[in-house]
Amino acid sequence: MAGSGTAHLRETAEVLLQVEGLVVEFPAPGGESVKAVSGISFDIARGETLGLVGESGCGKSTTGRAILQLPPPTGGRVQLESVDLTTLAPDNLRARRTDMQMIFQDPISSLNPRRAIGEIVAEPLAVWGPEGKDEQWAIVSSMLEAVGVDPASARYKHPHEFSGGQCQRISIARALVMQPQLIICDEPVSALDVSVQAQILNLLEDLKVQYGLTLLFIAHDLAVVKNISDRVGVMYLGKLCETSESDELYARPAHPYTALLLESVPEPDPTIEIDETVVEMGELPSPLDPPSGCRFRTRCLYAQDRCAEEEPQMRKISEEHYVACHFPLIDVPGQ
Amino acid sequence: MAEATDKQSRASTPLIVVDNLKTHFKVPAGDVKAVDGVSFELELGKTLGIVGESGSGKSVLSRSVMGLNVASNVQVTGSVKYNGRELIGLRTKEIKKLWGVEMAMVFQDPMTSLNPVVKVGRQMTEHVRKHLGLNKKEARTLAVDLLRSVHIPEPDKRFENYPHQMSGGMRQRVCIAIALACGPEVLFADEPTTALDVTVQHQILNLLAEQQRERNMTMIMVTHDLGVVAGRADEIAVMYAGKIVEKASAKGLFANMRHPYTQALLRSIPKTSQAKHSRLQAISGRPPDLINPPAGCKFAPRCPYAQEQCHEEEPELNEVGTSGHRYACHIPVGSNASDEAFAKNLEAELPQALAYAGRIAAVEDLSVLGLSN
Repeated sequence: MAGSGTAHLRETAEVLLQVEGLVVEFPAPGGESVKAVSGISFDIARGETLGLVGESGCGKSTTGRAILQLPPPTGGRVQLESVDLTTLAPDNLRARRTDMQMIFQDPISSLNPRRAIGEIVAEPLAVWGPEGKDEQWAIVSSMLEAVGVDPASARYKHPHEFSGGQCQRISIARALVMQPQLIICDEPVSALDVSVQAQILNLLEDLKVQYGLTLLFIAHDLAVVKNISDRVGVMYLGKLCETSESDELYARPAHPYTALLLESVPEPDPTIEIDETVVEMGELPSPLDPPSGCRFRTRCLYAQDRCAEEEPQMRKISEEHYVACHFPLIDVPGQ
Repeated sequence: MAEATDKQSRASTPLIVVDNLKTHFKVPAGDVKAVDGVSFELELGKTLGIVGESGSGKSVLSRSVMGLNVASNVQVTGSVKYNGRELIGLRTKEIKKLWGVEMAMVFQDPMTSLNPVVKVGRQMTEHVRKHLGLNKKEARTLAVDLLRSVHIPEPDKRFENYPHQMSGGMRQRVCIAIALACGPEVLFADEPTTALDVTVQHQILNLLAEQQRERNMTMIMVTHDLGVVAGRADEIAVMYAGKIVEKASAKGLFANMRHPYTQALLRSIPKTSQAKHSRLQAISGRPPDLINPPAGCKFAPRCPYAQEQCHEEEPELNEVGTSGHRYACHIPVGSNASDEAFAKNLEAELPQALAYAGRIAAVEDLSVLGLSN
C-alpha cells in the first residue's frame, strides 16, 4: 500500500482543502524517528465529506491534527482555500483556525469538567465573536438547539450532568459557533453506544446540509465511514492505499488491504458465511522502520519482489477511484 | 471413552440453568438493578451471545453467573445451576475451585487484564500449577503448547516476554491461552474484541471458534455488536435495562425480530451493504435509570409502538411457537397490532414514533423533541 503520488488530486475551484505530500515524524530515542505519516495527499471539495479509515497506528488522527497545524507537519503542504497553512505566520494562522474546528473522540474528557455548558460553548466567541454577552448567548443557544440540547436547562449545568451522547452534541455545538468551513471529526462516535451513534451520525448529516459544512471524518469503523462519507481514503502505516467514491470502494475494493479490511467487518447477518481460517499473526511493522517499497507487503497475500523494491504510485482506475498498488484487484485501464 | 459418553449423556440436559437471577448494587441513592430477573438455559457445546448497550447488565450478568461479583454492596439472588450444582450462595473459597477449571473468562481489555510487571509465561503457569498440580517444567511445556495453539509465532521466545512487548491482538491471544489453560467447560468472553482492530478482531473470533470446536466448550459471548454474534452464536439474547427482552436462535432472531428494541437496535447500525448517506433509524431517548426504572415495559418510553398497557404492565419473556423464540412484548413487531399501534402513535405525534418514521431527528433528551413540535 502504501503508495505516494498525487494523481488523484483534483484541480477544480471547489476544492476547499488540499493536502500534498504531508509528512509527520516524531523524534524517538536513539536518533530514530516515528514515521507517523509519510507523504500522503488528498483533497476535499466544498460541501463534501471525506472519510479516512484505517487501523490504529496508521496515522489517520495524526493527519487530522497536522491539517490544523497541531503540531505543524514535518513536511508537505496543507492548503485551505489556496492558502498554505504551513507557511503562515503564527498570528495569521491563529485567525485562520476559526475556519477549521475539531470534534474529538471522547466527548466527556474533551469538555472542561469545571465549567458550565454555556461558558464552554461560548468560549470561541469570547475570543473571536461579538463582544456582548447577550449576543454571544443568542448564538450559543441557537447552536445548542440545533444539536438537540435544551439551551435553557443546559446553560448552567456541567459536563458530568450529561450522558456521553449529550456531551458529544455539546462538542459539536462548540465546533459550530465559529461557523467554520471545515470540521475535522476524529472518531466522533466510537465511544458511543449504537443507538446514540445513529443519532449523532444523522445529526452530523443534517448539520452539514444546514450549515454547508465540509467534513474530514476519521474513524476505524468501516460501516460508519461509508454511511457518512462521499469519498473514502484508506490508510495503512502512514500511507494512503486507495481513495474512491464510497459506494464504489466498498463494492469493488482494488487494494488488497482494503479487501482485507472489508472481509473482516462482522456483518449483522447470520446468513453470511464467515471465513473461519485462523492464521498465525505477526506483529504490525514498526513505524520506526517501515518496510521498503509497499508498506503493506509484509502482510499482503499478493506481494512479489517488485513490491519490496519499488513504492507503488497512485494510479487511476476510474474518475473517482485511485489505488496505490502494483497488483491491484481491479485492472488499471491503459496498463 | 468414559468421558466421551459422559459428555454425550449430559448434552441433552442443559449445562447451565439460570433462574430469575438478580444482581443489585447498593449505592447511596438506592439499589441499582443491574440484572433484574434473568432466566436462561445453555446446553453443552453451544454458544450464547448476549447483546446489549452499555448499562444493559450484560457484563454484570456474565460475572454473576461465574460468581465474580463479590463486593460487600452486591446482592445476588436467584439461582445459577452449573451441572446441577447450585452456585448462588456458595462460599468464595468453594467457587474459586471452579474458576479456571470449570469456568474461565476472557476480558475486554487485553492491555489491563495482564499484569504489566510479570512475564506472560509466569502469568500463564501460575494457575496451571495451582489447579493442575504441575511442576515448573511441566507447566512451561503446557504454556508453550497453549501459546502455539493460539497461533502465536515463536512461542518459546514469547513465553519470556512482558505484556508491553506484544501488540493488543497478541495479548488477547495470551489472555485466551490463560483462560483455556486448565481446560474449562465454559468460556465467558466479555467483549473480547472491542478494544481491537477489525482485522485482529476477525482473527480472535476465529480463534475462539476454533478452540471451542476442538474442546467442545460451551461459550457465553457478551458484546454490544450484533455483527460479532450474528454468524457465530447458536443463540442470541438481547438485554435491555437488566432484562432479557428477546432470545432466539441466531438465524431465527434475525429472520423474525419481534421485540421493538431488537429491531431498533439492528436498524440503527450502519452496514457496509447500505448505500452511502443511508438515513439511520435512530432510537430516541436513552436507557432508563436503573435505580428507579419506569413501571411497565422498560423500553416503553422510547418505543415507537408503545401503548397504554406497555407503560403499566410489565411483559413477561414468553416462548412463542415451538422454535424456542422468546420475547417480552405486549405488541410484538410484525403483527397487525404493532402496525396499528405505530399508526396511532404517529397520529398522536408521539416524538419517538415521528423520529422512527424519519420525520424528525431523534435526540436523547425527549423533552427537546416535545418542544420542537
